[in-house]
Amino acid sequence: MPLTDQLRDDILASVPSLRAFAISLSGNGDRADDLVQETLLRALANIDSFQPGSNLPAWLFTILRNLFRSDYRKRRREVEDAEGSYAKTLKTQPAQSAHLEFEEFRNALDKLPQDQREALILVGASGFSYEDAAAICGCAVGTIKSRVNRARSKLSALLYVEGAEDFGPDETVRAVIGGSG
Amino acid sequence: MKIQKLNTRGSAGQDMKEAKKQGGLNAEIQSRIGHQLRAMYDDVVRQGVPDRFVDLIRRLDVPGGGPHLGDAGEKNDGGE
Repeated sequence: MPLTDQLRDDILASVPSLRAFAISLSGNGDRADDLVQETLLRALANIDSFQPGSNLPAWLFTILRNLFRSDYRKRRREVEDAEGSYAKTLKTQPAQSAHLEFEEFRNALDKLPQDQREALILVGASGFSYEDAAAICGCAVGTIKSRVNRARSKLSALLYVEGAEDFGPDETVRAVIGGSG
Repeated sequence: MKIQKLNTRGSAGQDMKEAKKQGGLNAEIQSRIGHQLRAMYDDVVRQGVPDRFVDLIRRLDVPGGGPHLGDAGEKNDGGE
């Protein structure tokens, strides 16, 4: 559809959540804003392919997600290096518990496989339905559900049970509750 | 089997002990994770739309939007 003033406003209204999605995915504010800018340019250039009445945020999130993934492949090594040094700085910080807890969460989120991280953010933070999240990621609804579940159990292992990354949710909980059983 | 221990730092540890007694450990953890995830996300959402994006959207003349500016009418394919 043509770019009407209404559509322009709707696109702008999606920018805050696009930024939140981009920052959650990339963990880097500057890079996230570049990603949002590229998403907007791409969206405007392809506005004719947007179906009036369909889900505009989902369409924009799809573009951003695909841009991030193609970008991510190129930068993989760079990101892993950054993650390593980031983890080191965490250990030397004073224990201001609220801030530290946030940093820990951020750090744990970055450790999730990308498929799981994006599924968890779309459903758990952006508020998309499983169906919309599946459309954005180009996979089946059941796949999204399973990725979200695995993301949650891995986060709980990383954040609340030390050294339990290799265990599934049931084993983790059982181990914590029942000790070595 | 690896030895596992609870990360009992801060209030999370207290909450977890409570939850453990009640057998609701997993639900408690998942609720915390959901809360932290949304807190991180909403923190960015609340920042609103940075000026650079407002400018970007307003300035862009979009292909397919159709030339509806006054000077577009000056072009004439008639020749001469």
